Amino acid sequence: MTHWLIAPVVMPALLAPFIILAARYHIGIQRTVSVAGVVAMIAVALGLFVQTADGDILLYQLGDWAAPFGIVLVGDSLSTMMVLLMAVLALFVLLYAIGSRWDQRGRHFHALFQFQLMGIAGAFLTGDLFNLFVFFEVLLIASYGLMIHGGGNKRLRAGVQYVLFNLLGSTLFLFALGALYAETGTLNMADLAERAALIGAEETVGIRIAAVLLILVFAIKAAIVPLHFWLPSSYSEAPGPVAALFAIMTKVGAYAIIRTYTLVFPVDLEVTSGLHGTWLLPFALLTMAVGAIGVLAARKLDRLVAFSVIGSMGMVMVAVGLFTERSIATALYYIVHSTLTAAALFLIVDLVRQNRKSLRLKLEAPVAGAPLISAMFMVAAIAMAGLPPLSGFLGKLMVLSAGYGEGPDVWIWAVVLVASLLTVVGFARAGSVVFWKAKAGAAPVPAEDAAIPSGLAFVAVGGLLAAIILHTVFAGWIFTYTSATAARLFAPAPYIETVLGTAGKLSDAGKATGQGYGGDAAAPADQTEKKGDH
Amino acid sequence: MEFLVASAIGILTAAGLYLVMRLRTFPVILGVSLLTYAVNVFLFASGRLTIGAPPILTDAQTYTDPLPQALVLTAIVISFGMTAVIVMIALGAYLGSSDDHVDDLPAKEARDKRKAEEDAA
Repeated sequence: MTHWLIAPVVMPALLAPFIILAARYHIGIQRTVSVAGVVAMIAVALGLFVQTADGDILLYQLGDWAAPFGIVLVGDSLSTMMVLLMAVLALFVLLYAIGSRWDQRGRHFHALFQFQLMGIAGAFLTGDLFNLFVFFEVLLIASYGLMIHGGGNKRLRAGVQYVLFNLLGSTLFLFALGALYAETGTLNMADLAERAALIGAEETVGIRIAAVLLILVFAIKAAIVPLHFWLPSSYSEAPGPVAALFAIMTKVGAYAIIRTYTLVFPVDLEVTSGLHGTWLLPFALLTMAVGAIGVLAARKLDRLVAFSVIGSMGMVMVAVGLFTERSIATALYYIVHSTLTAAALFLIVDLVRQNRKSLRLKLEAPVAGAPLISAMFMVAAIAMAGLPPLSGFLGKLMVLSAGYGEGPDVWIWAVVLVASLLTVVGFARAGSVVFWKAKAGAAPVPAEDAAIPSGLAFVAVGGLLAAIILHTVFAGWIFTYTSATAARLFAPAPYIETVLGTAGKLSDAGKATGQGYGGDAAAPADQTEKKGDH
Repeated sequence: MEFLVASAIGILTAAGLYLVMRLRTFPVILGVSLLTYAVNVFLFASGRLTIGAPPILTDAQTYTDPLPQALVLTAIVISFGMTAVIVMIALGAYLGSSDDHVDDLPAKEARDKRKAEEDAA
């Protein structure tokens, strides 16, 4: 049972080469293997989720090397929740890609998809900043391939921008890691947490620079204004299912901010105090405003959805920027909502695209299957704009109540409320032009021309919408869970104790029991997984 | 030596950033490569600069911190692979639209704009 923690990383890493090597010419086998892999991923993620739900912390030491020197994977209730979210999202996206035949428009879709999952799962599970960088690169390399999947000129051009921007982001990440290492001499997050607290009040320049660089990197990932400008064209040019999968990638940035700023640079650490309150919060509000204005100003449906993603990231970041236990719990709730909703919207946009000349918001003949698609668009738009009764509304209420009496609460309330009004107007306009008034526009497409998307595609979108509805219905239970998770994030002692205290090769604990450097390679298996005392 | 290394990092970064801001694919790719060189040297320097010391624990009195070397090795491999990827994608985009702008202008608009500028000149 000790090795399950690494399964979300290893499983796709084994399936992807298998798909390339053994099933290159058999799309049927590729699909079967890929879906089976994702289902197995959900099962493993669910197992880990249940195991960590009551506060246990799972630790996996690669090669049994002990923590600050060895590489570790750490599963706590936050990271297993994110892995589970990713696996569920991946299943629906994969079903959609199969149902809409996106996976046949270029080669190696399924292999790249699996590599993408490997990178994202690794980024959530790693306990070491350098490996966070490595997993970022893994997920980015796969995303480059997926982004230009299916080819076409506009997509390649958008791909160049996307790759270049991420390459610059990675360079910045390395600078941040170098600065951090020069200051502390370690990159293991638990070890960093202990050492950052030891830095004297006079020598804070280096660690401040490192912290700022690090938050900039994660802000690029999370598409916070003014570092958001890569997102609209990349997401709107990417194939529909790929854009839907990318919905979790902005959340990797949000996750990394939450992780480092609760563990490494906690709120009460004087050295980096004010970074989220003074800087992150205003930019988060700006992000939400830019997202809402973009939704209102967009001339194409895919751009509109891309800007609504920026807006919802703004909402997540407002909750993160407040940085109270309650607001982090809210942010976690909203992350799940925003991922599912953005993915559903991108898939619906892709359904619309298939029978429309362009996605421009002007009158055209109704798309095939319009009644069902428009109904799904309405549900997803309601969720995204934060209208009752769906989870967006609950999330918005939670953000508002978490913001009440905290910091600049007038600004938070004003921006959140005005931004959601603008988003409602933008989505209402888009929906009425594309679906409602379509019959008045032009003659309907002859029935034989119109290819109604396959049932599986509708099932996938319906599944995502069902997940949003479940997220709403079980909001109380989920918020209790995220509250407990946030409480544990603000008391990281068990996390640090588990990572640094577990014996392995080359650890102080190992030396004490006679298996130190170069010692007994076959350490007792039960030591690799130790439960935190909570 | 500190001065040399620091100025090398600074010059590489400045040159890299300048080239990246040209917004044409070839200078941008060169600029990104310069930036990755800069960051590799910077990573090296993060483990403190020592001369002629082995990066492993031996009987010697001094040794270099081995971790930055491992980090640099990984970073070099990744940045090299990434540069190869971006070259291929940029080449595809260039051949497809016979236009090496990185920013969002569609080919035709850019052509029209250039023509307008030439007329004005």
